[in-house]
This record gives sequence, C-alpha cells and structure tokens, in this order.
Amino acid sequence: MGNLKFIFSRLLGAIPTLLALVCLAFFLVKAAPGGPFDMERSLPEEVEANLRAAYNLDDPLPKQLIKYIGDVLQGDFGPSFQYRDFSVTELIMSGFPVSLRLGATAILVALFFGTLIGAVAALNQNTKIDYVVMFFGMTGISVPNFVMAPLLILLFAIFLNLLPAGGLGDGSINNMILPVAALAFPQVAYIARLTRGSMIEVLGSNFVRTAKAQGIPMQYIVLRHVLKPTLLPIVSYLGPATAAIITGSVVVEQIFGLPGLGRYFVQGALNRDYTLVLGVVVFYGCLIISFNLLVDILYGFIDPKIKTNR
Amino acid sequence: MRLKVLTLSLLLFVFGCGKKQEIDCIVGNQDVIVGGKTGQELSSTQVFRKNNGTEPGTLDPHRAEGVPASNVLRDLFEGLVMEDPSGRYIPGAAKSWVLSEDAKTYVFTMRDNGKWSNGDDVKADDFVYGLRRSVDPSTLSNYSSMLYPIKNARDIVLGKKDPETLGVRSEGPRTLIIELEEPTPYFLSLLTHATTYAAHRPTVEKFGAQFTRPGNLVGNGAFRLEEWRVQSHIKLARNTEYWDNKNTNLEEVYYYPLDDTNSSFKRYRAQELDFTETVLAEQLPWIRQCLPNDLKISPYFGSYYYGFNNTQPPFKDNPKLRTALSMAIDRSVITDIILGAGQIPSYSLVPPVKTFKAVPANWAEWTQEKKNQEAQKLYRASGFSKENPLEVEILYNTSDNHKRVALAIAAMWKQTLGVKTTLRNQEWKVFLETRRLKQETQIYRAGWIGDYDDPYTFSQLLHSENEMNHAGYSNEEYDELIKLAATKNAGEDRLNILRQAEKTMLEDMPIIPIYFYVSQHLISPRVSGLEGNVMDHHYSKYVRILKTEAATNNGQP
Amino acid sequence: MSSCEKNKSNSLLSDAWRVLKKNKAAATSAWVMVVMGLMVIFGPLVSPFALDQTDWYQISAQPDLASGHIFGTDDLGRDLFVRVMHGGRISLMVGLVATMVSVIIGVSYGSISGFIGGKTDAIMMRVVDVLYAMPFLFFVILLMVFFGRSIFLIFVAIGAVNWLDIARIVRGQTLNLKGKEFVDAARAGGATTTRIVFKHIVPNLLGLVVVYVALTVPQVILVESFLSFLGLGVQEPMTSWGALVNQGARQMETSPWMLLFPGMFLATTLFCFNFIGDGLRDALDPKDRTRESG
Repeated sequence: MGNLKFIFSRLLGAIPTLLALVCLAFFLVKAAPGGPFDMERSLPEEVEANLRAAYNLDDPLPKQLIKYIGDVLQGDFGPSFQYRDFSVTELIMSGFPVSLRLGATAILVALFFGTLIGAVAALNQNTKIDYVVMFFGMTGISVPNFVMAPLLILLFAIFLNLLPAGGLGDGSINNMILPVAALAFPQVAYIARLTRGSMIEVLGSNFVRTAKAQGIPMQYIVLRHVLKPTLLPIVSYLGPATAAIITGSVVVEQIFGLPGLGRYFVQGALNRDYTLVLGVVVFYGCLIISFNLLVDILYGFIDPKIKTNR
Repeated sequence: MRLKVLTLSLLLFVFGCGKKQEIDCIVGNQDVIVGGKTGQELSSTQVFRKNNGTEPGTLDPHRAEGVPASNVLRDLFEGLVMEDPSGRYIPGAAKSWVLSEDAKTYVFTMRDNGKWSNGDDVKADDFVYGLRRSVDPSTLSNYSSMLYPIKNARDIVLGKKDPETLGVRSEGPRTLIIELEEPTPYFLSLLTHATTYAAHRPTVEKFGAQFTRPGNLVGNGAFRLEEWRVQSHIKLARNTEYWDNKNTNLEEVYYYPLDDTNSSFKRYRAQELDFTETVLAEQLPWIRQCLPNDLKISPYFGSYYYGFNNTQPPFKDNPKLRTALSMAIDRSVITDIILGAGQIPSYSLVPPVKTFKAVPANWAEWTQEKKNQEAQKLYRASGFSKENPLEVEILYNTSDNHKRVALAIAAMWKQTLGVKTTLRNQEWKVFLETRRLKQETQIYRAGWIGDYDDPYTFSQLLHSENEMNHAGYSNEEYDELIKLAATKNAGEDRLNILRQAEKTMLEDMPIIPIYFYVSQHLISPRVSGLEGNVMDHHYSKYVRILKTEAATNNGQP
Repeated sequence: MSSCEKNKSNSLLSDAWRVLKKNKAAATSAWVMVVMGLMVIFGPLVSPFALDQTDWYQISAQPDLASGHIFGTDDLGRDLFVRVMHGGRISLMVGLVATMVSVIIGVSYGSISGFIGGKTDAIMMRVVDVLYAMPFLFFVILLMVFFGRSIFLIFVAIGAVNWLDIARIVRGQTLNLKGKEFVDAARAGGATTTRIVFKHIVPNLLGLVVVYVALTVPQVILVESFLSFLGLGVQEPMTSWGALVNQGARQMETSPWMLLFPGMFLATTLFCFNFIGDGLRDALDPKDRTRESG
C-alpha cells in the first residue's frame, strides 16, 4: 500500500515539472531570432501576414502558450513549420519508434556487455584481463561517437562490405547493428568501469570475506550475495545513461541517416521549426520523468531486500 | 608506460606511411563490367537511388520551394513544357504551342493521351486550375511572384483581384491560352517549374492539406508517390498511366534526404546510392584518383558572389574600397585549389547562357600581382593602411564549402592589404533574415541559381526595388536599363541592353563576383541516360540501370 | 578556525595526498597534464607558423619533418601542430571555465539550500528535480542555436546546465556538516548564515569539489566537441580539439593525420583527467563509489 502511495505522489509531483518544462521550452523557442517563414525569396507582405495569422503567431505569447498546452493535452502538437505536409504529432509518432528501438537496444547491449565485462575484470582483478578491460573502458570514454560511427562505417560497410552504411533499409536488424554499436560503446565502457569498481568493493566486504573463509564456493557467493549490491550503483546510473543515449542518438541518427527524434530535433532547431522542437522536448521530458519514476521504484525494490539479507 | 608505447607506434604508423605521396585507393569492390557485352544491357532491377540533399518541405507543387522538392516533383508531375536530358525544351503535357505576333499570348495544344495517375484525362482546365491555385493568396505559396509575367498575376497575389481574373483560360479540353503582361522571352522556361504544374482538382478538394500523401497524391508525371517517411526516404514507383510509360525503364526511384555530404559519400562508396547531390571539396583529389568515372561535373547556371552592404559605412559611397577588396582576391586559387571542381572564376554577375557571354570587368585579365598592386593603391586611397587596417565581417550560411572560401578570402585580404576579417556563420533561416535587414551586415555571402535560362534572372537582382537586392544597390541608370530590357522582345537588342547594365554595375562594384557554379555529382557507372545540363534538371524517366557483373580477371580490392 | 579544526583538516588533506601519491596512474596522469599544459601554452610560440596561416600549395600535406609541418596540414594548408596546440588552449579553457561556472553556481545553490533547510530547501531541491528532468543537452543546443555562437556563451550554456549534479552532492554534504560541532560553535560566536556557509561549510566541501572538477572537465570537453559536430562549437579561426577531431573524422580515409593527432591529444587528456579524478575520489572519499558522475 505504501508503494502505491509513493508512486501516486511522485506522479502528482511530475505534473508541475512537466508544466515548467513546457513553459521554459516555449519561451526559449519563441525568443529565438530567425522566423519560420524566412526563405530566400522574400514574401510579399500580404502573404506573410496570411501565414502568420494561419499559425496564430500574432497573438500575445501567454495566449499562445495556453493554447499550446491545451492542444498538447489533446495530443495535438501542432503543424510542423518545416515539413508542411505533416503534423508534429505524426512526426513524433513515426520518429519515436526508431529512436526507441535504437536507444533501448543500445541500453540493453550496454547493460549486458558492460556488467559482464566489468564483472570479469573485477573477478580477475589486477591480472592482464583486468588491464585490457580497463583500457577498453578508457577508450570508450575518450572516443566520441562521431568518430566511432564513421570508423565503424568505414570498416564494416565499405572495406568489409558486411553491413549497410546507413538508412533504415527494410527495417531489418542489419541496419541496426552499426548504429547500436556506435551508440552503446561509450555506455558499455562506463558500465564496465562502474561494475568493476562496485563489485571489487563488494568482494572486499566483510560479509563476502567471511563467506569465502567459510569455504562457500565462489560461484554461489557471486550469484547470491554479490550480484545485487553490485548492481545498485548501476541502477542509479540508468538515469544518466538514458540521458547520454538520448543525446548520443542525435549524432548517430545524423550520421546513419535514421529518421528518429534526435534527428528531428536538431533539424528542427537549425530550421526554426518551433512546434517540432517544442514537441520533441516535451515528449522527451515526459519520457525522462517516467523513466526516473521507474528507476526510483526499481531502486526501492532492490534496496530493502539487501538490507534484510545483510 | 602502455600509453607511451601506443603513442609511439601510432606516430610510426603515420610517419612511416608518410613516405609515399600517392593516395591509397581502397574503394571496395568497384571492379565490375557494366552493361554486359554491348555496354547497354539493362539490369533486371531497375531501381534508382538518389541522394537529394535536404528533406523537401512539402510536395504540393504550388507551395514547394528549393531544389530538393523540385527534383521529386519533376518525376511526379509534368509541366506544359519538358526538357530532354541535355536541357533543351521539348513538349511536355502540351504537344505544341504558338506565340502571337505581339508576343503576349501563347496558345497551347494539349496532348490527346495525357493521363493522371488515376486514369483521368489531363485537360487544359487542369492547368487553369493549377495556375489559379498558384497565385491564389490563400494557397500561401512562396513562389507565386514567379508568375508575375502572366496578366493580372501580381494583383491577384497582392489580394487586389480574384484568381479567376488570371490571364489563363481554356477553350475546350485541349486548348490552353495564356496572356502575358509584357513580352517575356523566357516564359517557356518558367513552364518547367513546379509552380506552373497542373493539379488534380478532385483530389485537392477531397483531401485538402493531405492531398500530397502517398495514396492520395495524383500526378501526371512518369512516377507516382508510393512512400514518404520524413528524414528517411521518398519512394516513387512507375506510373503506368503516364502517356509515355512504355519508354520508362525504372520501376522504383528512391530519394534520400541526406544533407550531410560526408554520410552520403560513405553510402555511395558502400554502393547504397547511385547519385549524390554534391561532393565535398576536400575529397575531390581522392575521388579524381580513385573514382574518376563517377565524378560528373558540368557548368551550372549559378553565380557565387559576396555582397557589400552599400547602405552603411564603410562601403557606402566607397567604390575604391570595394574594388580594392574585389581585386585582392586570387580567384584561381579559390576555384582550382580550395574548391577544385572546375568552377569558373567570375568577374561579373551573370553567368554565360546561350548567346550571352559573361561581361567581365576590364581588369579581369591582369596578373594577380598587378591586381594586388592596384588593390593596395585603391585601399590606401580610401584611407586605410597597415597601421589603420580595415576591420570587416563576412557573414555566411553554415556550410563547409562556404567556410573554406571565406577563410581563404580572409587570408588573401590579410596578406595583400592587411585587412582584419572576422567570420560569422548562421543557419540558413537566420542568415536570410540578417541579410535582408541590412542592419548588421557588412559583407555577406550570396549565391543565385537562375530560375530560367535568361540573363534577366540575375540582372534584375540588383534593381533598386527588388527585395532580393540585399546589397542595397541603387543606380538610376541601371534601373532604367533593366526596365527597358523587360519590355523588349527576345533578341540581340535586348541582350545588348543587359550587357550594358552589367558594365554599368561593374563600375560601381556593389558586389564581389567570385565564381560561376558547376554542378558536381557522383553518378554510378550503372546509371545511364542522364546528361549534364546547365540548369541541372534531371528527369528519372530517362534513366536506365545497366547490368553489372564482377570482373573475372582480377581480384584487386 | 580554532587550532583543533586546523589540525583536523590538515591531517585529512595530508592523508589524501599520501594515498594519491601512491596511485601511479593518477600521478602519471598529473605529470602528463602538466606537460600537455606547457605544450599548449608554449607550442605555438615555438612554431614558425601562425594559427590561420594558409598555404595553398601545401593543402592536406602529410606530416613531413622537412617542410616543418610535423603534424601535417589541414585542407586549407594550415599547420596542424599549431592548430592542435591552439585547440588545446581552447578545449582546456572551456573545460575548466565551464566547470568552474557550474561549480560556483552549484556549490552556492547546494550549500545554501542544505544549510537553510526546511521548506526553502525542499523548494530549492524541487527546482533541481524539475531541471533534472529536462533533456539538458537539448537546452544547450537551443541556447547555442538561438543566441549565437560566442565562446563566452559556450562557457555559460554548458556551465549553467551542468550545475545540478554538484548542487545535489553539495547539499547532501552540507546537511551532513550542518550537524557538526564547529557550526554550532560558529553560530554561538554570532556569525551570520552567509558567513557560516561561505567561511566554514564551503571549505569543507573542497574534497568533493575537486573530485567533481576532475571528473567533469572531460565531460565538458566532450560536450563542446558534440556542439562542434552540430556546427555550434567554437567558431573559426579559433578551434578546439573537438572541432579538429570532427574535421579529421570527416577525412579519415584521405588524411588520417587530421584525425590522429588531435584525437590522441583529446583522448590522452580525457584519460588523464579520469585517472586523476578516480584517484582523488579514492583518496578523499573512499566510501562514495556509488556516485559515478559519468
């Protein structure tokens, strides 16, 4: 019962957060120089006036804001200024699955390989394996993804001709492999380092040392007693990891030509597509808030169990 | 320690490999025989994959703007007039036309077998509808000013008259009559533009703003719209109802919106693209060595120049300073070394077209040394020197090539005159606004691609009342000449007036001409049927994909 | 401070110093950074070429000791060694200054919030929660896109968006310290809140701050390189390692040295800061492993 109350109160608390997000993004976007209708051929004044009226751009700002919020609550993010034949809602609905597929796969890959590699390193501390892993970890953190992505393309798509160099293709896994690799690589490195550090600490704890002294086999110790406390810091890293994946997706989607939200956002910002930019920011804000909520709940479940075990 | 070893080995790699000067050409499997034995055999998959640059803002022909949208629309619709692969005007939806004696009325005879993609006949009325829709202010078209040569068009766009008063009418299903305000020698080339395409009225009325979606869009071109995923691809499929369908080879055309030239280059190398929209200057040497047959360069009807803000100091009323800056640029370095695609140094605004040759400034033929000396003289005469240098800002829209050119010019001015230049770049939309306001600009980058194959499209840019005159150039004599040219019939008389206008303008030097464009594409050898043309218009209906098979005699990568 | 507290903080610091010195990776990294710092400051003075000196006849030239271009040239014929050195100045400056901006904002905010406590604290932390939910890098992009591209704005934008982490940590630590005796002593002595916060609490946060700085600088350098990827980073003729790496990545098949040299410097710097940060964290706060601020 206490859990439900917790969830509910956090949900309630999320609403003002969301509102503040929308307002901040809205005013930031509106304050920008360069209008959505600027193009090479100047518009006759009458035509421009018509355009502005059609998009409600002459109303006072607070009025525009309220109208916007009202529309959003009904799922209407407005028309896109850039892609005039599409609404922002449509674009978000078509772009989100792409980014989701990319991002979720990347996180899962990062979690899986990161914890695996980190655990291997921790269990073989200060041996060659450990050094290799640590070096790999450092590389992952120091090579930006806009360097990793072209490298992967050169190697696998051009020289070896194994994988596509970009695009959605027919939606098959082949087109996902390189983008996911480029996106996940830095996170695999972080999580590996994190896991290694955390596991080393747990392995050095009194509880584990006692268990070892009692002759309990290592595998049993690792599985039953070491795993959960090791994973705790990783769970709390999930939030920043997701944020990093979202920003990394901007680069990866651009380089591989994938029609995801990251790409839409950057193109929108550079082309003054107000509604699209706002829509993506609000959408991602909701996502992050929900995700943080989930992580909080997850943390709550893991934590009390450990306390009783010890 | 490990770090040091790694560093050393990397250094050795770079320096060690630095001995040879040739470029390593690891291009992937490019050793293929194209076209079979005859060289013309067709592939069994007739699919054409093009990189198209930016995503089109809309596929509504009357609201579309920009080259990417025009490229796609050219395959979806057919205007009254069409072009053959070399750019010559040929009948399109209209099979013939007649111009009246006073050169103000065209009578078009439509084809008997023109069809929309849903089977309906293409009638003259469809073009009446299309043109009226184009000028109708409620369509919110950005390009309606192109139609001003048509009678009443200007008043309709400005809301003073109804669209029905447009000087366009049909007499029966096969006859279309267009009345012009003045004789307009380039009018036919306007009819290849999307703004003048017909529209299928029942579709537009039924679907409204959604009529451009796949499944809804009805066009009279060689292809129909099958898929459209924003920032991913536009897929076209053969339009079986098209009147010339039996000569269409392609089954599918893909347009990819890759504005990152580097990504598109990689996709091309991985053989996922057959056609790139442009080429990065830095990669030209490698391409010339490793992919020489794929590089297709051809003159393009466009002019690249820097404009001065002539409405404010330091350039207001200062022709000496402006000329000095123009002379101090070594244009051959820019075209041959910085850009290297075969661009042509320019000393005037209007590029050569048909019988009109470029009208260079009289110092164009001097050696660069002599130009530099004269520039220094003029610079000092304007009151500047090494101790009192000119501080100036170049504004350009974000792009690699623009940046390189700007950096090169800044370096040249610094070296020859001692000018201190700062560079500022802005995204396209902001740049347009800043440029138009003429408040902050001093020197700005400009490029203009001709809308139709006539010098007038460039000359009218510097008329004092033209909103595109961002230089703020105002010269009565120039304005008079431009107005006079607009009233004349086609012919050498008219061209001489335009030549005179160029000369007048060049004495004032309100802009710095830099080069005339070339179009640069990477086109796979499998693609046949396309030719370079000065407007860079390519129709997919001419494309044939040739058969390729691996070469059997060598296994060289 | 009374002599008792002085001794306490001294022994804490000297303990930390001992642990740090033993950490070979951190020590080596520190020396490497010193060398790097000297290189970027004095390198350009030693080279015969200027930052923006173009040479049309040496475009994209390979590294060649004979011509004096020991790192080669870029696609405008500019000497790469000089540009990497200048780029280093900018990258390190951005890293340090932007981090300092976020430290100043974050430490002030967090310590005040933690110290005052109660409702004010709740509200202030709420604001942090709200801001935390924003996809913050998107906001940096928006700021850069909309308000121009001065290097000053880069410092402010990154710093202003990055302060949340340090604010939270600082607040936690302040709550911790608030209960300690020396605070009560100071209050009994009649010190005002501001004085207590800035004279007594903040100095005790030094350890945390130093770790944070060491681990954040590499992040900030990467953020600037991300902005360069989008065309929003430092503008010509200034350059940064991020901008150089971007350019190099685009030409890695044709001119690999353009990527290799700036890339090496960038990677080495990031390595070193991370090692130093890890080392500092182990030395000063061994329990705090759960905060991987990466």
